Amino acid sequence: MDWLSLWLSVKLAAVSVAILLPITLWLGRSLAYHQFYGKSWLEALIMVPLVLPPTVVGYYLLVGLGRESWIGALLEQYFDAQLVFHFSGLVIASIVINIPFAVQPIQRAFEAIPEEIRDAAACCGMSRWRILWRLELPLAWPGILTAIVLSFSHVLGEFGVVLMMGGAIEGETKTLSIAIYDSVQAFDFDGAGAMSLLLVLFAMVTLAITSAMSRRMLRRSA
Amino acid sequence: MKLINPSSNAALQVRIDQQQGIPLRAEFRCAAGELLAVVGPSGGGKTTLLRMIAGLSTPQSGEIRCGEQIWYNEQQCLTPQQRHLGYVPQHFGLFPHLNAEANVMAALDHLPKAERRAQARDWLRRVNLDGFPERLPHQLSGGQKQRVALARALARNPQVLLLDEPFSAVDRGTRERLYVELAQLKAKLNIPVIMVTHDINEAVLLADRVVLISQGAMLQQGEPLAVMAKPHNELVARHMGLRNIFDARVVALESNEQLAWLQFGEQRIACENPGHLQLGMQLRWVIPNQGVRFNSISQGRLPRSFNKLQVTIESMLVMGDLVRIATSVAGVEHPLQAEVSLNLAQKLGFHEGMQTEVALKSDMIHLFRHRA
Repeated sequence: MDWLSLWLSVKLAAVSVAILLPITLWLGRSLAYHQFYGKSWLEALIMVPLVLPPTVVGYYLLVGLGRESWIGALLEQYFDAQLVFHFSGLVIASIVINIPFAVQPIQRAFEAIPEEIRDAAACCGMSRWRILWRLELPLAWPGILTAIVLSFSHVLGEFGVVLMMGGAIEGETKTLSIAIYDSVQAFDFDGAGAMSLLLVLFAMVTLAITSAMSRRMLRRSA
Repeated sequence: MKLINPSSNAALQVRIDQQQGIPLRAEFRCAAGELLAVVGPSGGGKTTLLRMIAGLSTPQSGEIRCGEQIWYNEQQCLTPQQRHLGYVPQHFGLFPHLNAEANVMAALDHLPKAERRAQARDWLRRVNLDGFPERLPHQLSGGQKQRVALARALARNPQVLLLDEPFSAVDRGTRERLYVELAQLKAKLNIPVIMVTHDINEAVLLADRVVLISQGAMLQQGEPLAVMAKPHNELVARHMGLRNIFDARVVALESNEQLAWLQFGEQRIACENPGHLQLGMQLRWVIPNQGVRFNSISQGRLPRSFNKLQVTIESMLVMGDLVRIATSVAGVEHPLQAEVSLNLAQKLGFHEGMQTEVALKSDMIHLFRHRA
């Protein structure tokens, strides 16, 4: 078992989800409640990472954020920061690739809150922030939790985009799934097996929680 | 924008003129202590109108004011929070994760925390819901949910109370009870109460005035029985649930008695002359159910103001303690319909195919222009 890789994977998942959550909460709620020009295109764009091979997303991130790109050049010039082959690059890649996994359940959860409830709240004199805190977030919580669990476990198991963006630098970009690949390459089937089993168990637990949550949400909206 | 102190006894004045999107035109006033029913078929714009009054959607132009306070005009638009109103949505809009008491407390944010619980309990008691403060909405019956929603709407001491189809989601028994409760409550509130309903009987039963809305247009407003007796046109008559609407031609005018005679199939009927009738004029006329009588004839005291008609009973439909009777009149295409009590129908020995006489009260015959 490669404990350093496990720790790196958990750290990557935690940091990515922590940044991803506020972004997708805002995005999911906006998509649920507002009609605007080009909404279908934005929804399609958000879904793109879901259908593209991770290597394609990785390729574009590599090209878009590398030292030759203008973003990469700016970051290096002003902050002396590099994204490619660094942990920070992996965080950005994980966020991009997980946006659809987080936005979808959050958007559905906000959509499932009946308009009447929000109307009644406004007529009760509750401010928009109060409606968000006291009604929308508690009612959308199962969807939000699903988003957290799904994207956390997805980051934990991501391979293609991590390899493209980060390579396999020990302690910096070598995550658990890369470690499994490396172990197999080195004929260390015991190590690969233990790590794989860990990921399988984790995936099962998270998926069980997620489906229980969606059932609860369905029951409540019924 | 600062809210002026909610002035009680203020009337609500509404003028809405919307051409684009969902067209909607309406203008009415609802005084404090008055219950105004907005009636019309589904999809006619009733709920949209209520949402505009609540500030949940914005009309294109018009003015909504409550007393001296302008809620909406072209220059300004108050939010629902600033309007200080009570709103009960069709399916009550209760917060599903909060119990009954917490639902009412949610409307009491303006009070110190310590007072909220006591106030909420007090309101639940006032709407006759004592003993369920800990229950979640899904553990309450339809009628109980409605009472919680009403308590929550009233807890802020609103300037106006808005009810969207308040009785559509409860069973019949509960509905009857809630009718009585609403009528009693209205007397105590002394604020304008606006109720949206598709059920004309409900409006007649509860409302001081009705506003009839169909396809985004206001057809007529007035006291329910007055609208029922004198609909402006055939559309209004049909929306008011009147079924006896017929063609007729003016065949005689009696200027001194202010009576007009209409040819109705092969028979003639008398009605009041509103003044503008001319010989040979084609008209439509309507008579409400209470203008059609069977019993006065049987008792042999037919006054001058009744028209005697020969009819044949075509069908009888027993509905509880009422019988809906359709009769045919010689030379008239559509049946003349009436509702009589089952008791009376049995006493008079009514049966299908029976020939009988029916009396139409001439002062209840209402005329309007022929359909274009």
